Amino acid sequence: MTTLPEVFQNWFNARGWSIHPHQQSMLDRADEPSLLLIAPTGGGKTLAGFLPTLVDLATNDHKGIHTLYISPLKALAADIKRNLRTPVEGMSLPIRIEDRTGDTSATKKRNQRADPPHILLTTPESLALLMSYPDAPRMFASLKRVVVDEIHALAESKRGDQLMLALSALQSMAPGMRRVGLSATVEDPTAMAHYLARHPDPCPILMADPGPDPDIQMLATEEAPPWAGGGGRYAINAILKQIDAHKTTLIFHNTRAQAELFFHALWLANSNDLPIGIHHGSLSREQRERVEAAMVAGKLRAIVCTGSLDLGIDWGDVDLVIQVGAPKNVKRLVQRIGRANHRYNAPSKALLIPANRFEVVECIAALDAVKAHDLDGEPSGSGPRDVLCQHILIRACAGPFYANDLKCEVQSVGAFSALSDAEFEECLQFCATGGYALRSYDRWQRLMKNPNGQWQLRDPRSTQMIRMNIGTIQDTDKLKVRLKNSRGGTPLGEVEENFAATLSFGDTFLIGGKIVRYEGLRELTVEVSKNATKRPKIATFMGTKFATSTQLSNRILEMFETADWAQFPNHTAHWLEQQRQQSQLPTKDRILVESFAHEGMEHICVYGFAGRNAMQTLGLLLTQRMEEQGLEPMGFVATDYATLIWGLKPLKDAAPLFAENSLQDGFEQWLAGNAVMKRTFKTAATIAGLIERNSPGKRKSGRQTAFSSDILYDTLLKFDPEHLILKITAEEAMKGLVDFGRITEMMTRTAGKVDLLRLDHVSPLAAPMFLEMGRVPIQGEGRERIIAEETEKLLNSLGLA
Amino acid sequence: MNKLDFDFRGRRFQALASGALYWPDADVLVVSDLHFGKSERIARRGGPLLPPYEVRETLSRLDQDVSDTNPTTVICLGDSFDDMSVVESVIEDEAAWLTRLMAGREWIWIEGNHDPGPIGLGGSHRREVNIKGIDFRHIADESSVSEISGHYHPKTKISVKSATLSRPCFLFDDERMILPAYGTYTGGLNWDAAPLKSLMKPTAAAILTGKKLFHIPSLAKLSNSGR
Repeated sequence: MTTLPEVFQNWFNARGWSIHPHQQSMLDRADEPSLLLIAPTGGGKTLAGFLPTLVDLATNDHKGIHTLYISPLKALAADIKRNLRTPVEGMSLPIRIEDRTGDTSATKKRNQRADPPHILLTTPESLALLMSYPDAPRMFASLKRVVVDEIHALAESKRGDQLMLALSALQSMAPGMRRVGLSATVEDPTAMAHYLARHPDPCPILMADPGPDPDIQMLATEEAPPWAGGGGRYAINAILKQIDAHKTTLIFHNTRAQAELFFHALWLANSNDLPIGIHHGSLSREQRERVEAAMVAGKLRAIVCTGSLDLGIDWGDVDLVIQVGAPKNVKRLVQRIGRANHRYNAPSKALLIPANRFEVVECIAALDAVKAHDLDGEPSGSGPRDVLCQHILIRACAGPFYANDLKCEVQSVGAFSALSDAEFEECLQFCATGGYALRSYDRWQRLMKNPNGQWQLRDPRSTQMIRMNIGTIQDTDKLKVRLKNSRGGTPLGEVEENFAATLSFGDTFLIGGKIVRYEGLRELTVEVSKNATKRPKIATFMGTKFATSTQLSNRILEMFETADWAQFPNHTAHWLEQQRQQSQLPTKDRILVESFAHEGMEHICVYGFAGRNAMQTLGLLLTQRMEEQGLEPMGFVATDYATLIWGLKPLKDAAPLFAENSLQDGFEQWLAGNAVMKRTFKTAATIAGLIERNSPGKRKSGRQTAFSSDILYDTLLKFDPEHLILKITAEEAMKGLVDFGRITEMMTRTAGKVDLLRLDHVSPLAAPMFLEMGRVPIQGEGRERIIAEETEKLLNSLGLA
Repeated sequence: MNKLDFDFRGRRFQALASGALYWPDADVLVVSDLHFGKSERIARRGGPLLPPYEVRETLSRLDQDVSDTNPTTVICLGDSFDDMSVVESVIEDEAAWLTRLMAGREWIWIEGNHDPGPIGLGGSHRREVNIKGIDFRHIADESSVSEISGHYHPKTKISVKSATLSRPCFLFDDERMILPAYGTYTGGLNWDAAPLKSLMKPTAAAILTGKKLFHIPSLAKLSNSGR
């Protein structure tokens, strides 16, 4: 056992602390090449990660950078810097700690490269940028440890893949570098370890005591939740009572729009004037910082928030977490509950508020899963190659490299360990020549081989563009929203450009809990004025909509099979029992299709339980099939569990719709022309460096020169359908918005067995589908026609046609 | 052929879906801002390597329009090439195609700001040209009262219930017309942005290009409606 140096022991003693067992283990195993620590929130995880570094720096001389700390959030890096200073200053250790993020000044950044601190705290993007400078090998030669914080959060996105590629390059610069990953509870620790370690090195896993089980319940309200929709406004009064009874409450919502609507409604009902704030990713930085500061100072009783508060920043004494809307994913729920009560060994307290009747079922399934410690997760699959392309370009910025060296580094990354030589070569060719079937850039290759056989940039001017393009977070083009006033406008937040494009003068919408009126667009800013109306005309702007996880869907189907409603509130039990009597409850191994006429239209409701994105895709595929069969479908709407399709003719035989390969064939045809593909293409092409990220200055000066990525997509599809970026687009769409994998999973689970039930009227389970938002008219020629007709109508109404 | 007839300066014109303009009485086909070789120019400067198919794509549309209208005269209204250094390589690759299109017609290359010098191709090369009382030049000249030009890549947006249409467009009032960009890799400038707005009179009208062409007789009215 490594004993704690005296100065540390004294410092611990003085505060009446003793070292946690997992902190001691981290110290003992400081020499492991990779080590993954899984510990609950509040378990002294960060100190455990840094203890080996602090002890080494306190007892040995070290020149240059010693430890690199990477977190998913800028704010977290700043928070950790503050927290580390306490022990370092308390023990007067000779350790310099600095952070480096997008907010760090250029001068400071330059100084850090010349004279790096002992401990550098940064983000994946800032690290990637550092790696693009030719002096990176000198700067990192002395590096001994890397600490990756909240690795479970990074592993969910391409940011993690970018980080792991950067670590593979760091490992070559500092061969002795040790890796430490800090993670909240995850479903598959072995997979996370594989993700962190240098392949094929082993990566031991250290499990800290998980602490007591959380105290988590579904909030019982007098009012029954509504049949459909989200937001949970029916529970406002019950929630206000809870806020009043606790010190600080976090109220999580699944989308920003829902958070806004809820916050607005909460204030209207807040007769005691409890101080309540709102926090989400679309608000301006000033707004968010104000809320964060008030929170830390203990001035707020509650915060309405979204995922932007998910990560481990220490907000002080939260004693209740409320989740509004079904959590969709058990792992996220557990991590959110962990936000409550940062005192180790005290159970966290949480309440679930189902937003509608079906979500009651989902919440009960989630509660069971939490009790059973049964977390969900989708296998993250192999590393995305658009990120690899960006990594190759970043390496080229830093200086010439041998293809084989880089290939070996990349294959040492867990997520890329199955990457074939040919696949690597394809990415390298793309970066060098564009990788087109028509080889036309012989003279203007981006990367060239030098006389030593190394690859390097042909034109040094490329570096600037490549550096500006670093990162994998795709900000859809956002516009700032400002309150129009004499002082140039108070910033309120941001909205998607697409949303802004739908606004007309006088439209009202919600942002930052305020109803504002759209006044106009000036430069790249949406100007609004205050508005006193009670109901906003347009309530939503986009935001992530999570799909219910496979595991949670399966649990729901299992509950249906037992048909035991003991756990259910009366209203929901009654509803499910009605469904069982009038139709059937869906089961795991068959697809239930109900068919009925309603209001003069034929309807089918398909219970696939494949999650929102996949059910949406299924709707598009089935309607395409139905159109071929002359059933004249008119439109559909999808939720996490079902797709409702309406049209003119009744469905007589459902089997051909789900016949083997039928969906797959339709899918490939349909996929190419789909808007989802174009959106996915834009992301992949931007990350891979085919499209330059829009920088504000550039957009202003040269609007004529910027053209839509759709044009590139159409051109590639027409002339070069096998191109790498199109392949990446298809791969990404399959696992992302299109989520075809879940449809495949549904077909495997049921072996394509379909029960078609003809009913006299709408079934209880299908009824809420009629209230769902987001009805989709049939795409394709039909849609073109609708837009043309609407335009014609508009022009006519204006007397313009 | 997808087209829309309209009057400009007392003459009848046809706006083609592709963004070309046909003048039946003079038998002239006009296209503007082809920007051939744009991808090559971006690559040469160390930028991204865009799909090198835009010359073919643009040419195949031009081919279609030429065979549909079979004009005596074709005017390329400037910025036909993205810069002077790409002229040679574009001509080298697509010489046969271009020559076939040009054969048997009067072909006029108007100078643009991107391609100010002579081009080593057939046809005539001019700063500007006047046909039957109308000036054809690349950039609008405010002193002219009867003119067709290009350069600004005008486009118009209309928001309807299910979508926002944003299409390249023909802009015109009673003195001048500005053509949309014809090249594949070209973006656009909204009609109500400076300097387009100040160039056109408040009475300006537009024709949106695309599969279905839309005629908007008063942009001011559209703008007041908030769409």
